Amino acid sequence: MDITNYVVLAAALFAIGATTVLLRRNAIVVFMGVELMLNATNLAFVTFARMHGDVTGQVLAFFVMVVAAAEVVVGLAIIVTIFRTRRSASVDDVNLLRG
Amino acid sequence: MNDVIGLAPWLVGFPLIGAAILLLGGKATDRWGHWLGVLASAASGVVGFILMFRMIGMPAEERSVDHHLWTWLSAGDLDVDLGIRLDPLSLTFVMLVTFVGTLIHVYSVAYMDHDPHRRRFFAYLNLFVAAMLTLVLADSYLLLFVGWEGVGLASYLLIGFWDTGRPAARENAVAAKKAFVMNRVGDMGLIAAMALLFANTGALDFATTLSDDGVGSLSQATATAVGLCLLLAACGKSAQFPLQAWLGDAMAGPTPVSALIHAATMVTAGVYLMVRSGPILEAAPTAQLVVVLVGAVTLLFGAVVGTAKDDIKKALAASTMSQIGYMMLAAGLGPAGYAFAIFHLLTHGFFKAGLFLGAGSVMHAMGDETDMRRYGGLSRFLPITWITMGLGWLAILGIPPFSGFWSKDGIIEAAFIPVDGQPWRAWVFGSVTVLGAAITAFYMTRLFFMTFGGRRPRWKDNRHPHEGSPLMWWPLVFLGVGSAALGAVLGIGGTFTTWLEPVVGHAEHHEPVLPVPVIMTVTILVVVLGALLAFRMYAVNVVPEEAPRGSVLTRAARRDLYQDAANETLVMRPALGLARVVEAGDREVVDRGWAALPQTVSWFGSVFRRAQSGYVRSYAAGMAGGVLVIAVVAWLVGGLGGAQ
Repeated sequence: MDITNYVVLAAALFAIGATTVLLRRNAIVVFMGVELMLNATNLAFVTFARMHGDVTGQVLAFFVMVVAAAEVVVGLAIIVTIFRTRRSASVDDVNLLRG
Repeated sequence: MNDVIGLAPWLVGFPLIGAAILLLGGKATDRWGHWLGVLASAASGVVGFILMFRMIGMPAEERSVDHHLWTWLSAGDLDVDLGIRLDPLSLTFVMLVTFVGTLIHVYSVAYMDHDPHRRRFFAYLNLFVAAMLTLVLADSYLLLFVGWEGVGLASYLLIGFWDTGRPAARENAVAAKKAFVMNRVGDMGLIAAMALLFANTGALDFATTLSDDGVGSLSQATATAVGLCLLLAACGKSAQFPLQAWLGDAMAGPTPVSALIHAATMVTAGVYLMVRSGPILEAAPTAQLVVVLVGAVTLLFGAVVGTAKDDIKKALAASTMSQIGYMMLAAGLGPAGYAFAIFHLLTHGFFKAGLFLGAGSVMHAMGDETDMRRYGGLSRFLPITWITMGLGWLAILGIPPFSGFWSKDGIIEAAFIPVDGQPWRAWVFGSVTVLGAAITAFYMTRLFFMTFGGRRPRWKDNRHPHEGSPLMWWPLVFLGVGSAALGAVLGIGGTFTTWLEPVVGHAEHHEPVLPVPVIMTVTILVVVLGALLAFRMYAVNVVPEEAPRGSVLTRAARRDLYQDAANETLVMRPALGLARVVEAGDREVVDRGWAALPQTVSWFGSVFRRAQSGYVRSYAAGMAGGVLVIAVVAWLVGGLGGAQ
């Protein structure tokens, strides 16, 4: 199968994830967008590893998974805490850093 | 001398410790503080007495002792030593300051009896005595300056002593400030003179700067500049023209202060400075001429002002100014005049302190009334004050054999001696001194008879004037005796002149332009005429209770010959205008310029702040957009660079 298809798929997934992050207000959904972007990246890594016959890309994919797992833990904890204090999971309600 | 020289620092030490105890001790010393003040001053006087007697026992050429105390500061080549100079001149001052000072301390115990702040008053008096003795005992200009500022401080504190709880409190505070500020002008002269001396001789102690080598290293121009700067300092401290305006207002202080500081001692410090710096002045004939001119102008100025004043203290202040003018004039005449300047200073210290304390006694009896038009006929009620003030009056007139005659006549004769073949100077200044003597006779007789003469008393309400306690009239008696006899005791046979010779040098005998008996006769004649005129106007004729409008000159003299108006127009208003311009320039140009910088930064901040919306999504969009831009740029650059 042509390797281009994998790259296109990875790009499409990344674009969907990025759009989700930029357009959705619900923190959980935004979070899912982030996960989608990470996995799109993983797909690209693995694809290129396969293309070059080199395992470096696969190793990097593992690293990304580990970081993503840690990030999920921290991120979900933050979202839950925000929800508890504000009774809302909308990212637009968290705007204390406005200048 | 060496066995008692160790006592010398105690001259300053006793009153200084007294002041420290009284100021630090607070209310705990209220009960006995005034007697401690008297004791400190008297102890200093005893030490002075011992030192003077020992000095009299020494041969004339050894009568100048520099007692080194310690090195004040040492920096590289510069060593500033702190020491005491004992010589006939400084000891004369020590005796005057401690003797008159102690009498005035005693007088003040009674005079300030009802004042709740009497302890503080004595603390300041002691501080003054300590500072004044530092001034005259210093062996360098630098230490002299310490005393100079010290007496200025004490004077300021005492002029403004009644700055609360009285109707005139505000004016008193203003008078104190005026004296302080005008003295600062003079002090700048002293600082400038010290700077010039140090730059040219590398030292500030009298032993070096006033020696032949020290004076020789000054060029004619430098010596003149130093002399004029010293004169400026003397004018400020001694209320000489053109810095004389503060003395009249200084009478706002309690009367003993006027007697001690503004008549007998502090205001004569300028004359001391002139005589002490004699060698420098002699190297600068121009400066000497200016000194004589200043003295002559002030002596007429003060005398004219004195003729019109109805306030007894202000009339005496004008008289003080005039008498110091005499001393200043003499100090500018060179060795022939120095001794008489100091002699007149000494006798004046006695008779003017006596007159002031007498005025205080009169005010005490009249419920603090100072207007002489409200006095009259007081000789029956205040016999002791009347007699002692009478002695002072005869002394200041220069009637032989009272003390003023011996000193003032010496000055008049010295003024008639031609300088460097310039007879015009002798004629001009000699005539001024004689004219001054005539006016002095007029205003002092006026003062005396407006107060004590006249058959009908002019005070209104039911007053019962009576003498104060013995503490008040005993000092008057002592000063009265001094006014009567001191001149003859020290003057006959030139005792005092000989005593001062080791310091001021021997004066070659020159003949005045007129024979001495003629000068003496003319002087006494005009004095008697002036006194008779005043007697006719103020003792024979009835004194009106309201001051008549008077001639143009009288009205001008009543307002101190418009000295305040002149100062205001010539100095105060231009300086104020300059200050306003500078202030406006600072506000409009400098401040605005600097304010523009933060304003610009703040404007930029307000623009960039809009980017910080606080929405996470907008930051994410920024990042995504940034990545996109970088990617596009990288693609373009890579494409154009032809990497493929």
